[in-house]
Amino acid sequence: MAKELLKGNNAMAEAAIRAGCEAYFGYPITPQTELLEHMAARMPELGRAFVQAESEVAAINMVYGTACTGKRVMTSSSSPGVSLMTEGLSYIAGTEVPMVLIDVMRGGPGLGNIAPAQGDYNQMVRGGGHGDYKSIVLAPASVQEAIDLTVLAFDLAEKYRAIAVVLADGSLGQMMEPAELPEMQPLRKGTPDWAITGEPGRPRRLLTSIYLQPEAEETTNIRLQRRWLDVEANEVRYQETYLDDADIALVAFGTAGRVALSAVRQARAEGIKVGLFRPISLSPFPVAQIRQLASRVRSLLVVEMNAGQMLDDVKLAAQGACPVEFYGRMGGVVPLPDEVLAEILRVSTHPTADLNGHTRAAWLDRLEAGRGGN
Amino acid sequence: MLTTDIQNAKVVYERPEGFTDLTTHYCPGCTHGTAHRLVAETLDEMGLREHSIGVASVGCSVFSYNYFDMDFVQAAHGRAPAMATGIKRVFPDRAVFTYQGDGDLASIGMAEIMHAAGRGENITVIFINNAIYGMTGGQMAPTTLPGMKTTSSPNGRDVETQGYPLRMAEILATLDAVSYSVRRSLHDPANIRKAKKAIRTAFEAQRRGLGFSMVELLSSCPTNWGMTPLDSLAFIEQKMVPAFPLGDYKVVDAVKSMKMKEG
Ligand SMILES: Cc1ncc(C[n+]2csc(CCOP(=O)(O)OP(=O)(O)O)c2C)c(N)n1
Ligand code: SF4
Repeated sequence: MAKELLKGNNAMAEAAIRAGCEAYFGYPITPQTELLEHMAARMPELGRAFVQAESEVAAINMVYGTACTGKRVMTSSSSPGVSLMTEGLSYIAGTEVPMVLIDVMRGGPGLGNIAPAQGDYNQMVRGGGHGDYKSIVLAPASVQEAIDLTVLAFDLAEKYRAIAVVLADGSLGQMMEPAELPEMQPLRKGTPDWAITGEPGRPRRLLTSIYLQPEAEETTNIRLQRRWLDVEANEVRYQETYLDDADIALVAFGTAGRVALSAVRQARAEGIKVGLFRPISLSPFPVAQIRQLASRVRSLLVVEMNAGQMLDDVKLAAQGACPVEFYGRMGGVVPLPDEVLAEILRVSTHPTADLNGHTRAAWLDRLEAGRGGN
Repeated sequence: MLTTDIQNAKVVYERPEGFTDLTTHYCPGCTHGTAHRLVAETLDEMGLREHSIGVASVGCSVFSYNYFDMDFVQAAHGRAPAMATGIKRVFPDRAVFTYQGDGDLASIGMAEIMHAAGRGENITVIFINNAIYGMTGGQMAPTTLPGMKTTSSPNGRDVETQGYPLRMAEILATLDAVSYSVRRSLHDPANIRKAKKAIRTAFEAQRRGLGFSMVELLSSCPTNWGMTPLDSLAFIEQKMVPAFPLGDYKVVDAVKSMKMKEG
């Protein structure tokens, strides 16, 4: 397939269709709506299921229904809508059925705004709904990567009977870039041996997330945790740029990773030995890789479009091997490469400034000073 | 001495094939079990048992999936119609049904039931109206009668602050895409027979692709009503039926003209 100029939201929708998604349920919310609209046009055309649900609560429960049949199914939303979906996500995780969720994040908390943000990291990576479960969370930084990770999400969801999230943001959803879509995959014939299909001639099947006996519920939890160890062992993904000789490593995902890379290139031009570590799988998190990185650079600088939600994971992974600094913008403000460059320059001249300090307090002081009373 | 003539004995009553061998967990005198039996018998008679997918809800019937011998899923509280939508849309030729209580369907799940009905999802809903939250121990439901005492309306439902019961069969009947919306009762054999017929009609409507069908069943909760099973049946007849009149609130022509093989 040749490269085309594609909008992120449409590209992810079409990628899902070509990955064999047989049912889509969603509810309009900016900056994700084009994804739903693409599905509204394409799914019926292909004889596949599309329903504009009455709410995100209903949408995720429709997904739950189809997921129980073993057919490939997805929904998409943006931050406030994803908050509403967390009930269903917990049930789906507890029932061990596969699904894909695309979250095109926007500014928050509350109704917030429709600008790009990364404030759903905790909600997606740390579970979101009640109980002990983890979702696979993949963070693209370009339209091409959004396409590729959407296809991968379906495969991983199925492989681990888990929720796979593509965590994009408003800028990735809205931007247009040249990218290549995959070939149309044929729909899979047959269904998994656990699927609810109402098929005659075999013993009945049940799918549920209720286990009244605590020991039985614990058994389910043990199975989920064991499966997650497999995910951690096999599905860590990341990208390293200019890290071979780096003194400073930036850690940033998604759009923030893209901005950080521009800043890294500018800093390199000024002779600063800085590189970028970009986690692609936020969950499972590249713990061992960051631990290793922390032991060979002077400082880590985490850049996010939130108040440092991934920062906590980076600090845990670094285990104090080097100072971990932070720069973030919130509420839908996208940091400019120049701002990040200034942070790189600061860290390169004061390499241990933040080892014992309060990372967030120091960052807020700098942020407010930089905003000049805006 | 009692003797039994085994040779000439005739089976007049047996466990429907649609049931598993388990004993239900329902309280003595609870008509949830009666409703289960009617659904299982109907699916047996229609030859649909092995082609059915049930969606259990949250309430006393949460474990109904243990009793029906067919594929089943268990929905979140109130969301059974949405889950059934997700199943029916990818398996349109299966008999998909939800089994929901009044807290589940008419309170937390109001949006899901209204919109599944509004879309005309080709599913069947068995709606158990026992005027109370059974599973959580007898709190007020959206169907609780005015003045009725529950653990969360200890002085009786005060219509000034707690409003009036919702009549779901009538409400759903107003929606264009609904093919069948009726109310029946489980308080005596004659009414139980009528309820069975209505359940059969609802599943027939689904089989013919006529759209959303719902049977509301007035049901007892002796435990949380604080009554004997017999008094509970009298309560349905004397108190619930006047507040929730039995009848056909919507039967589209295509359903009226269905010819059913009597089982
Ligand atoms: C989200 C959520 N809220 C509350 C509950 C607790 N809960 C379980 S059953 C129930 C009421 C069920 O009543 P009803 O639907 O009338 O069914 P019945 O038990 O009377 O058959 C409630 C409130 C829950 N399980 N989930
Ligand atoms: S609590 Fe009420 S509704 Fe629940 S099983 Fe007992 S009698 Fe039936």
